[in-house]
Amino acid sequence: MSNYVLFFIIIIYLSLLFGIAFYAEKKSKNRWVNSPIIYALAMAVYCTAWTYYGSIGIAATSGIDFLPIYLGPVIAAPLWILLLRKVIRISKQHKISSIADFISLRYGNHRFLGALVTIICLLGIIPYIALQLQAVSETFQILADDTSYVSKSIYDDSTLYIALILAVFATFFGTQSSDASVKHKGILVSVAFESVIKLIFFLCIGVYVTYVLFDGTEDIYTKMSQFSNFERLTIINGFESGFNWMYTILLSFMAIFLLPRQFQVSVVENVREKHLKTAIWLFPLYLLLFNIFVIFIAWGGNLAIGNPEQAEYYALLLPLQNDNTFLASLVFLGGFSAVISMVVVSTLALSTMLSNNLIIPYGFLDRFLKNHPDRNAKYIKNIRRISIFSIIILAYAFYVNFSYELSLYSIGLMAFVIIAQLAPAFFIGLFWNRGSSKATIIGIIAGFSVVFYTLILPFSIQALTGSDDFVEYGFYGISSLKPHALFGIDFLSPPAHAFFWSMLVNCLCYALFSLLYKGNYRERNYAEMFIDSKNYKDLQDGALVWKGEAYVAEIKNVLNKFLGEERTNRALNLFFKKYNISPEVQMADARLINFSEKLLTGSIGSASAKILISSVVKEEEVSLVEVLKILEESKETIARNKLLREKSEELTKLTDKLSEANEELIQKDLQKDEFLDTVAHELKTPITGIRASTELLIEDAEMPKEIQAQFLSNMLQDSDRLSRLIQNILDFEKLSNGRSSLNFKKNNIRETIQKAIGGLRQIASKKNIKIISSNTSDVFAVYDEDKIWQVLTNLISNAIKYCKDGDGIIIVDYKYEKGLLEVTVNDNGTGIPNADMPFIFDKFFQSKNQNIIKPHGSGLGLAISKQIIDKHKGSIWAKNNKKNGVTFGFYLPFK
Amino acid sequence: MKKKIVIVDDEPNIVMTLEYTFKKNNFEVYIARDGSEALEILESIIPDVIMLDVMMPKVDGYQTLKAIKENKALANTKVVFLTAKNKASDVEKGLKLGADKYLTKPFSIKQIVSEINELIA
Repeated sequence: MSNYVLFFIIIIYLSLLFGIAFYAEKKSKNRWVNSPIIYALAMAVYCTAWTYYGSIGIAATSGIDFLPIYLGPVIAAPLWILLLRKVIRISKQHKISSIADFISLRYGNHRFLGALVTIICLLGIIPYIALQLQAVSETFQILADDTSYVSKSIYDDSTLYIALILAVFATFFGTQSSDASVKHKGILVSVAFESVIKLIFFLCIGVYVTYVLFDGTEDIYTKMSQFSNFERLTIINGFESGFNWMYTILLSFMAIFLLPRQFQVSVVENVREKHLKTAIWLFPLYLLLFNIFVIFIAWGGNLAIGNPEQAEYYALLLPLQNDNTFLASLVFLGGFSAVISMVVVSTLALSTMLSNNLIIPYGFLDRFLKNHPDRNAKYIKNIRRISIFSIIILAYAFYVNFSYELSLYSIGLMAFVIIAQLAPAFFIGLFWNRGSSKATIIGIIAGFSVVFYTLILPFSIQALTGSDDFVEYGFYGISSLKPHALFGIDFLSPPAHAFFWSMLVNCLCYALFSLLYKGNYRERNYAEMFIDSKNYKDLQDGALVWKGEAYVAEIKNVLNKFLGEERTNRALNLFFKKYNISPEVQMADARLINFSEKLLTGSIGSASAKILISSVVKEEEVSLVEVLKILEESKETIARNKLLREKSEELTKLTDKLSEANEELIQKDLQKDEFLDTVAHELKTPITGIRASTELLIEDAEMPKEIQAQFLSNMLQDSDRLSRLIQNILDFEKLSNGRSSLNFKKNNIRETIQKAIGGLRQIASKKNIKIISSNTSDVFAVYDEDKIWQVLTNLISNAIKYCKDGDGIIIVDYKYEKGLLEVTVNDNGTGIPNADMPFIFDKFFQSKNQNIIKPHGSGLGLAISKQIIDKHKGSIWAKNNKKNGVTFGFYLPFK
Repeated sequence: MKKKIVIVDDEPNIVMTLEYTFKKNNFEVYIARDGSEALEILESIIPDVIMLDVMMPKVDGYQTLKAIKENKALANTKVVFLTAKNKASDVEKGLKLGADKYLTKPFSIKQIVSEINELIA
């Protein structure tokens, strides 16, 4: 196939991509454009030419070692729900547009840190892009069939033209808006499209090799197994290889979060958080499909071609060998798709970082402040365009100088190891609020230095001088400083080795310096926001406490420069409406400062936004969290706080007491109401009987004589009950109000008991109940005899009431013991249900378990008795006997 | 056929006057001294009226009324509270629970008779 036909195909294909992107951008509200499937497929930008060609090369020479680079992301996928969702949420809230923005904002919007992250990313990704150029260029040459041709000057080099085409394409593709946090839906859709293309074409070649060139998987396996090195290709080689696997898996696990292009598609371009739910299964599935045929294409190549030097391009060589140019072209296009999507997204992400975190904050800010907004937007766009273009040209330069030494696989891994230096800052920083900017910078630089020594330097020396001495003998011949076997660790592959040491040093520095140096207030404020992203809103927007001073007009002026007058006014109006602030307000508050910073972040990055806004703010702002921290750290305030807290506790206690007292009063009031209700009820009952009987006696002349007599006797009974009740109520009231004074005298308890029994003997004998009081000893005590007589009468008549007619026995006894006089009244009646026991001394409590004949008590007898005994400073009690009946008793203090 | 009335009250003197009055007015009269006795009686007969006191031992008037309302066989039986509790809130509570009438003590025999007759007419 001629060069020109291939170029033509490439141009057609690129136009198609442009068309797709343009169409998707136009239909940006379309359901398909915003679908989670597009999002998940765009994530497959992870699969580059490295996956497409490089895996086959590894599989051909080292067997299944190509797998760990895909296992890492597969392991990471389920964690996305937890980790990536948090990152997405934070990024949306702060209008973050790149990994550099993300990390620098986490550590207090640190300008230098943002720049450092950008540089690390550039160092990692430019060789990676070079690798893509190399893949296109080499496949181009294979397909164009001019391998014999050796380019003499770079103007003859087709790679240069391919690089130029890619550069122009990416430049215009990626920079439509000056606000980098605006979604690039067109790009996302075209990347998703390319993901589908590369997968399908790769599966095509897989099927072709496995089932057309060979008789299926088993055929390849059987034929392959006859080779002597077969075993090496199918197993993980022992302990050391296991370590390599582990580190490579870990490395790719980090890469899926940290690679700028992955951050771009998975975080910046994320439309909805819930799209993650689709991505966590679709993306691993995609990787699985991609890897199904790798091993068979590789082995098929080994069998049919058998040239390990060209193993990476077996997918292309196999159909060509069988004169299937069409299929070879498809494979080429698939690989080309992988390259395009990687280059476009990577350069887009890098150019955003380059402009927002490096170029603008370090040089262009002053200029922007003087410029007209339209020109600013144009400037920013141009900076990005030039960045993209330069990145690709730099990658080309790298390719020209280093490419012949490289395998796709080793450069890819080197890029991963460099990018992995951001891991401690990124992952630990998400969960540990002590991580500080200083520690992050030291950690990244130290880690990178290790990578430089163990990976980049030996590689560069080898590539430029062709000498292996440095690797063989180490720095100045010191064997423990051998770059691929530091301190004797010689069993790891170079990337795994570099990864191990750099990560160790990086993490240690990060942890150590974070503990040594606390970040400033601003930094810790952002740390809190990132770690507790749910509550961040309260922290940021609610930051009303602020000691700065700024005029709304000045802030507006700054915003105008970058957003234009119309957008600025629209945004500010929304803001004023949201917080109910008058648009005429002159002084800006902390919320407006934060809001403006966020607005600008999208255009020029968080570090620059902070610098710009603080240029019109007179003093450093202080957020609520910062204030709290200041308070927390001031010992004086702590002491004052303690005093305040004590005072407030006292106050709380007093308030509690007051409300308790109030509660008690209300309770008393209720009790009083209840008491009156009950009294009224008790009084009404006999009156009702009397009234009804009287009415019948008057109205009914024909009433039989015996019924008349019954009603009359009922009336008598009710009248007695009424008068008894009134007497009891009066007694009770007098006692409980302390209006009745006791007549204390020295009395003989035996005599008092005899008097009480004497008054009741008639009623008792009517019911055939015996009252026994056999104690004859005289015990003198000081008490009010009338009142104690009343108590005894009450207890004994209760006993009579509850004893059965005929065999009732009541025993009244007394004794003197330990300064107390104890009097007991024991019966063999029905007893008191245990459930009622606690209430029997309450007023108007009448047991629910009363005799069938209702005892006509007032319900006050025991309550009155208790009050009398209480007045004597004694105590009254009751307990059921073991057999039948109950014993009531009271103690009187012996005076 | 004779109308049936169940009188539920724990005050024997009051019950006596009511029993005499309703027998004279040609009612078949059943007496219960508390709610549980009343419910026992209601298992075997379906009266036209039940006259309920509120404050009674064991099962009080409110509980008794609830049990009556749950018994579908008694759907056509009228229930009248006759109680000394005469606060507005008590009356409201009684009617809310589904009593057909709320009469208070002390009462006039004549009035009670006419109210009951009116209710079951």
